[in-house]
Amino acid sequence: MLFSAPAAAAPDPVVHSDSSAPRRIGRALEDLSLGFRRWRLPVALAQLDIRNRYRGSVLGPMWLTLSTAVTFIALGLLYSTLFKINLHDYLPFLVVSLILWNVFSQLITEACTSLVVAEGIIRQLPLPFTVHALRCLMRNAVIAAHNLPLILVVFLIFGINPGLTALLAIPGLMLFVLNAFALVMFLGMLCARFRDIGPIVGTLTQLAFFMSPVIWKPELLHDRQVWLVLNPVFDLMEVVRGPLLGQSPSLLIWAAACGITTVVCALSFAFFVRFRGRIAFWV
Amino acid sequence: MPQILAERLSIAFPLYHVGARSLKKRLMASTIPRLRTDSSNRVVVAALNDLSFDIRSGERVALVGHNGAGKTTLLRTLAGVYEPVGGKLLVEGRIGSLIDPSAGMDSEATGRENIVLRGLFRGLDQKQSEAMAVEAGAFSGLADFLDVPMRTYSAGMQVRLSFAIATVMQPEVLLMDEWFSAGDADFMARAQQRLEELVRNAEILVLASHSMDVVRAWCTRAIRLQGGRIVDDGPVEQVLAGM
Repeated sequence: MLFSAPAAAAPDPVVHSDSSAPRRIGRALEDLSLGFRRWRLPVALAQLDIRNRYRGSVLGPMWLTLSTAVTFIALGLLYSTLFKINLHDYLPFLVVSLILWNVFSQLITEACTSLVVAEGIIRQLPLPFTVHALRCLMRNAVIAAHNLPLILVVFLIFGINPGLTALLAIPGLMLFVLNAFALVMFLGMLCARFRDIGPIVGTLTQLAFFMSPVIWKPELLHDRQVWLVLNPVFDLMEVVRGPLLGQSPSLLIWAAACGITTVVCALSFAFFVRFRGRIAFWV
Repeated sequence: MPQILAERLSIAFPLYHVGARSLKKRLMASTIPRLRTDSSNRVVVAALNDLSFDIRSGERVALVGHNGAGKTTLLRTLAGVYEPVGGKLLVEGRIGSLIDPSAGMDSEATGRENIVLRGLFRGLDQKQSEAMAVEAGAFSGLADFLDVPMRTYSAGMQVRLSFAIATVMQPEVLLMDEWFSAGDADFMARAQQRLEELVRNAEILVLASHSMDVVRAWCTRAIRLQGGRIVDDGPVEQVLAGM
């Protein structure tokens, strides 16, 4: 007996391509919508990735929590002495900053290999490329979630109550995720085509870490603080970090974050539309 | 009705030779115009050139030809993996592709988990995928091995699993590369029976193979490729005689 149930569930796919009418935008949109409709696949793949990564480890992803905790205790003690800030002000800021930064830098690093590691699948099955980006995004979201208790612990210890302002972190987080998705798509493609982009991105990420207020507070810049809005990393972090710490970011920062999101998404989509058909040749 | 129509189909591979994919070469090359090979500074290999054919339901087609003739590229194009740079391609029907047995498989996961994963790849939900795992698992004949990680499987066992997964969904267009001959005699007999069952339901098989015995036993028509072009197309015996 042959398995016949899916015939009803999945409509017969039709491969139809006509090089004189490539329909690039339509195909890119189909790719995105099909990728999101099949969300179960990236979820299952992300689960497998995490399981494989921490196979045989006792603590599993909790190692990341532990290492973040150790880093921020050490850094907190050191920098509060160096910068002469008291711990009550500094540690809550540092824990939110570091966790956000870790998510960001990890995502960027993994984005560069998101398509290359899926080479086997890409060259065997016609699958929406969106699936690979979502897989990378979900894997990192799950791993990042293991750090959330740290924020709670620190807030409890220092008696921080951000109040209702914290709700503003939700739209902030949405902007963050949107950017992350667009960047993963873009970097995945770019790194599949040019294999040196990966190391370049790594260097730039490291540079961004020092140039952005991750471990140093923006206030340290004094009157030059206004220029920070030109740093996209700062804007995207601040719309999440500010509300969580009980400070609503200025309207300028919100505007900048929205502007950056628009540019990143537009660039990524344009690139995707133009080169989607070439990805299978690149990986 | 499953069918494949190709009209002046062409695939060109941009050839990124060992270092050419690097940004450095690109930048260097654009500063020294002499080094340019064409307008977009790319060496392009025509992998498939101007192919026109149609395959109707019920046909079992063998792709024959030397290494590098374009057999696997054609299979991948039919599967929808490569987008043609020239011409038209229409493939109607549910596609089952057996091009690379281990692609999309997770060697750390068990056989059963891999079947479920493949179901999800095909757009089924969890429940349907698990139902598929029961059936494909039974056909594969792997029994207890279904619940151990795939990295412990022998090549033949992997082939059994892949074949079971690919055919359990009753594809209307089955695309196969020649790797499957790694199965043992008992499995090959069962595989052939299964294929005949599939093809009896007015479905299409496209098989790339070097083994003339397999081609004779399984196929009704052969397309001979050479250097990315079709040089012969017709009944199996006629094409093989001309080789």
